[in-house]
Amino acid sequence: MTTFVVDGKSFTCKPGDNLLQACLHAGFDLPYFCWHPALGSVGACRQCAVKQYASEDDKVGRLTMACMTPVSEGARYSITDPMATAFRASVIEWLMVNHPHDCPVCEEGGECHLQDMTVMTGHAYRRYRFTKRTHRNQDLGPFIKHEMNRCIACYRCVRFYRDYAGGRDFDVFGAHDHVYFGRYADGTLESEFSGNLVEICPTGVFTDKTFSMHYVRKWDMRGAPSICVHCGLGCNTITNEREGRLRRIVNRYNGSVNGYFLCDRGRFGYGFVNGGDRIHAPLARGDDGRQGTISSDDAIHRFAALLRSSSRVVGIGSPRASLESNFALRALVGAENFYLGVSARESRLLRLLVGVLDSGAIHIPSLREAQQADAVLILGSDLSNTVPRAALAVRQAVRGGSFTLAAAAKIPQWQDTAVRNLAGDARRPLFVATPVATRLDDIARLALRAAPADIARLGFAVAAILDPDAPAVSDLPADLAAQVGTIADALLAAERPLVISGVEAGDESVVQASANVALALRASGKSGALMLNVPECNSLGLALMANGQGGLEAALAQSAALVIALENDIYRRAEATVIEAALTSSYLVALDHSEGPTTRRADLVLPATSFAECGGTLVSSEGRAQRFYQPIFSKTDVRESWRWLGAAGCAAGYKVCENWNTLDNMVVALAGALPRFSRLPDVAPPASFRVAGSRIASEPRRFSGRTAINAAHSVRDPKPPVSTDSPFSTTMEGYHGKVPSALFPFFWAPAWNSVQSINKFQAEIDGALEGGDPGIRLLEARPHAEFRYYTRIPEGFVPRSDMWFAFVLPRVFGDDEQSARAVCIRERMAGAILALNGEDAALLGVVSGQSVACEIGGEQQCLTLEVHPEMPHGLAGIAGLATVAHALPTFVRITPTGSDES
Amino acid sequence: MLSVLLTLWYTFLHLFHRKVTVSYPDEMPYLAPRYRGRIVLTRDPDGEERCVSCYLCAVACPVDCISLQKAEEAGRWYPEFFRINFSRCIFCGFCEEACPTYAIQLTPDFEMSEYNRQNLVYEKQDLLISGTGKYPDYNFYRVSGLAIPGKDKGEAELEREAIDTRSLLP
Amino acid sequence: MNHSNEIAIGFSNIVFGLVFLMVAASLLTWIERRLLGFWQDRYGPNRAGPFGVLQVVADGIKLLFKQDWIPPFADRTVFVIAPAIAMITVMLAFAVIPVTPAIGIIGNLNVGLLYFLAMSSLGVYAVVLAGWSSNNKYALLGGMRAAAQMVSYEVFMGLSLVGVVMLAGSYNLTAIVHSQQHLWYVVPQFIGFAVFFLGGLAETHRLPFDLPEGENELGAGFHTEYSGMKFGMFFIGEYIGIILISAFTTVLFLGGWYGPILPPFLWFALKTGVLVAFFVLLRAALPRPRYDQFMAFGWKLMLPLTLINILATGAVMLCWSTS
Repeated sequence: MTTFVVDGKSFTCKPGDNLLQACLHAGFDLPYFCWHPALGSVGACRQCAVKQYASEDDKVGRLTMACMTPVSEGARYSITDPMATAFRASVIEWLMVNHPHDCPVCEEGGECHLQDMTVMTGHAYRRYRFTKRTHRNQDLGPFIKHEMNRCIACYRCVRFYRDYAGGRDFDVFGAHDHVYFGRYADGTLESEFSGNLVEICPTGVFTDKTFSMHYVRKWDMRGAPSICVHCGLGCNTITNEREGRLRRIVNRYNGSVNGYFLCDRGRFGYGFVNGGDRIHAPLARGDDGRQGTISSDDAIHRFAALLRSSSRVVGIGSPRASLESNFALRALVGAENFYLGVSARESRLLRLLVGVLDSGAIHIPSLREAQQADAVLILGSDLSNTVPRAALAVRQAVRGGSFTLAAAAKIPQWQDTAVRNLAGDARRPLFVATPVATRLDDIARLALRAAPADIARLGFAVAAILDPDAPAVSDLPADLAAQVGTIADALLAAERPLVISGVEAGDESVVQASANVALALRASGKSGALMLNVPECNSLGLALMANGQGGLEAALAQSAALVIALENDIYRRAEATVIEAALTSSYLVALDHSEGPTTRRADLVLPATSFAECGGTLVSSEGRAQRFYQPIFSKTDVRESWRWLGAAGCAAGYKVCENWNTLDNMVVALAGALPRFSRLPDVAPPASFRVAGSRIASEPRRFSGRTAINAAHSVRDPKPPVSTDSPFSTTMEGYHGKVPSALFPFFWAPAWNSVQSINKFQAEIDGALEGGDPGIRLLEARPHAEFRYYTRIPEGFVPRSDMWFAFVLPRVFGDDEQSARAVCIRERMAGAILALNGEDAALLGVVSGQSVACEIGGEQQCLTLEVHPEMPHGLAGIAGLATVAHALPTFVRITPTGSDES
Repeated sequence: MLSVLLTLWYTFLHLFHRKVTVSYPDEMPYLAPRYRGRIVLTRDPDGEERCVSCYLCAVACPVDCISLQKAEEAGRWYPEFFRINFSRCIFCGFCEEACPTYAIQLTPDFEMSEYNRQNLVYEKQDLLISGTGKYPDYNFYRVSGLAIPGKDKGEAELEREAIDTRSLLP
Repeated sequence: MNHSNEIAIGFSNIVFGLVFLMVAASLLTWIERRLLGFWQDRYGPNRAGPFGVLQVVADGIKLLFKQDWIPPFADRTVFVIAPAIAMITVMLAFAVIPVTPAIGIIGNLNVGLLYFLAMSSLGVYAVVLAGWSSNNKYALLGGMRAAAQMVSYEVFMGLSLVGVVMLAGSYNLTAIVHSQQHLWYVVPQFIGFAVFFLGGLAETHRLPFDLPEGENELGAGFHTEYSGMKFGMFFIGEYIGIILISAFTTVLFLGGWYGPILPPFLWFALKTGVLVAFFVLLRAALPRPRYDQFMAFGWKLMLPLTLINILATGAVMLCWSTS
């Protein structure tokens, strides 16, 4: 530890930290703008000036920028020195010279870093009486609102968008005090991380457009710690509610998972919670064959009667429902009647994944570990489109190459400009093997385009080089063999190699190949890590719970009198004809939050909660069990699925569900029933948890309008709801202050109203949260775990003359069922396309933009052709058809239909 | 003892003093223009709503009796609903002090008793008046940097014309 | 005289007296508030009817229509009886007042004065029982205070009248008035007058001696739990008590109905009215003493004073008769 002195008091910090970081960590309120813990220091804003003294005898000292100063042992500084204070005050006065007079109409107001810093430096009165510079704004698409007048030119936006996230369509223009941050021309920001500009920008230049549509101030919203439900990574979020509407989602720092950033799907995909297609009351099919609203009690009685009378009950679990709800269904129908609610292919892949991850032979990295990997091999996964936050982590891992060079030159990692000047394009090796180009190719050392079978062969071949015991691949083409050698050498040279694949690869052999690479790395003495992605927020939890049971098709093959579909649109998982055939003599009970084909087909529909109306536990692809909490307390009949199942089960006389009255009881029952989840009660404190005898306040102290918000309905103040499932109070009453890291309802610290207040909650700046990062990893590697290589090496892909091998081309926006209901996400969803190699297209006689037809999932699909020259022959990528993706990959015939439509 | 008698005497003499009671409503009291009575929402000199729904009145309110929702039309912010629960209001005037646009103002009118408490809940149509109230000249959008219909970027008071990002000239 | 006629006159006297007392007491509530208003530079109730006199009617209607609530924890029977005792005792005491030689029920009772003292002693039961039966700590404290206060002040209230009795040589109130034809007893018996008046204040627990209901310490003291007309009965009882003490003071010290020019009834009413107004003035002007000060004042000042007064009166009378 390094000891340093600020204003006569001694503090310690990590060696190599910069002074700003050290001061913030020591608890000082030192203003800053351009520094960001994830972006490093550039020393541009001059806001963090402090006095530095040469020795104890030095009474004059000199001004220095804290963010650019490495803390040296015994160094003496002063923050309160009048000269430093005056300097900082004048800096903010310059920054404010052109800042417009529009805080009241600014979405950032009240959580603005610029406001905080202005107050912190004491700049209260404007002396500047002359004209202000103005800018014209751009339309940046459905996510981001642009108001350039507010800009203070700290450059954080470009540094994030271009340098950190690799975006190319956003830049800085102009010169001197005319600099302009935006796109070359109006248009949607292309990067799937554009939403982070909202939190990166210290003022209101970039604001959340979806939030602005139903805007309220930060202090007026109830917050709840939540987990993103739009992919399997389990990014931590905070959900904000007012008046029963989910207002927005903001990032919740978790040092091990998402850090400071979310992807746009996670940030803006919340619209389905407020959507018009929500189901608010139970529905039952009447004698006329139409669904009609019934009361909750009636619904429970009908359900209970069905449970009693049905000889065989089949439960279809859900990869997007909480562990508790899935467990409730499993306990109700019995483990042998509980099936994964996923397609046949996906269930096979998930079973394989569980086999690999649960073997204990391979380390599963957290996203932070992935970010620190020094060689990355991606097999078959288009990360940017399936798990974008992981792509961002890979991007940082690749950039880590420059840190190695900088360290050799004794330049600290946070010296951003210096590191970039020195290292330039120095990158750690990244190898991407996918059928089509990905957005990570720009930083890849090698980007290979191949069919899934060939990608698997590549993986097997790499493993065989790493460890001679691994099964070898015969007759590999010579050029590919050379590349395999390159990859193997790079992985062997690395200290922390990482292999990434997942369900999205679409082929079991690819996952097996990636497992083989990781196992071979382990065999060769490397600490290899394997990241296997899953498509949905609780896919892994469901797969761990189902314990080898089959997917939807297996469920439909049973002849059951009663089928219970839990929070699942089964029509996305299997062909409609198959489902209809299976359900002809069965009664279908569906529990879901929004209307869909399944609820329309169901005979009894029970309105389930969305993730914003209940608490629960999800298991991310890392095997990290994380608890999410409830910001919305609905006045409708909406209930957690486990509550519906428990109520019906109790009414039907099932002993097992007698105790299912609170979430904690569910968690305990689950942990008791399934040893794999025995640590689940430790994921977060129970509902009885109290700080200083109080529940934790879920609303900020200054929550307003308490006595007027319901007054239009009735002037009498209603009793606030009581949360039986969480240690949160539902109002501003309760404990405000330091709480366990899994329970942050919002980030706020005195004088720090913006998201930058996160500095006050971290055990060390940019490190873990105080008390450890939330979540419990269920799947840890065991040092002496047995492992066996997968040996089924597939044949190489051979193009067929008349048919094309159609596979899923994932898309960030639209593939996820829930986020696709959000209006803003719909705006970003493009039409369905079919991607072909140029020569294949020529063979078919079609050109880009022309529409083609092919039969997928038993239906004739009309798609627009897109020519991808890099694609291998004989492949056809299908994008934007998430509802029939269950039928892929398969060989299809393609027929040109219309003329050129472009 | 004497003091007790004197007290009695002085009290008795008050029989002949002038009464301080103002016989409201037979006799109307004088209320200063800045009297803190019924709250109104005013309009700017152009006749548009002044309220930009910034929520500062709501947060300043010590009894939390103001609730509103922001909406936006062509760059102008306005309240979709604006509700004051006068059965809770203590007429402290903090909302008026907090208002950055002079939209919310307290008026010299206190005659708003109701037999039904529900009638004390005032919605925007009950609050919004046609005039500018105490501040006839102020127009928030003339000094703010936002572009609204009829006022483009750079056209507000003390603003330079919007910059040309393609120019490198000083 | 015809015996039945006499009964009829007596009965009509009683009925008239009761009605008159009720009306006077309720009017007094209005008069008190108006007077307090004037002495505090305001108007008092002036909206209902001419000069607000119908306020009385409004209050009466309100009291009658208020929920007549008996707390579940109260001793029901006693709780109901207590206010009745308060009214009955003060009203009974009025029976012996000779308003004029012609007006009055049994003004000629030979033990009239003793009867009055007996009745006012019974009055303490109302307060004590009300406080006890309410089963409420404030009410009980109020009741206890009232018991101590009334028992103490009764002692020298009675003693203060010994001088008058000695001078008049009779307990008959009519006789006492007759004996003041030339000189009101307020002159020779000024100490007796003062002590009796203060004792009367304490006996009616009027301000400034309203410690049993001291609202800042005890809520409303013994009648904290009372509402509706039961509270009204305490309220009216208190005002009749004021009239009673004023009327007795008039009879005993201010020469009863005697006075020039005006008819005897008006003289009596005038003297009583002034005393009633003085009661109100005391309320308007004086603060409530502390309880220990109040008890000390009674036992350490008033009691010796009355005893000296009796001694002095006796001595003077002895000298007078021997000389």
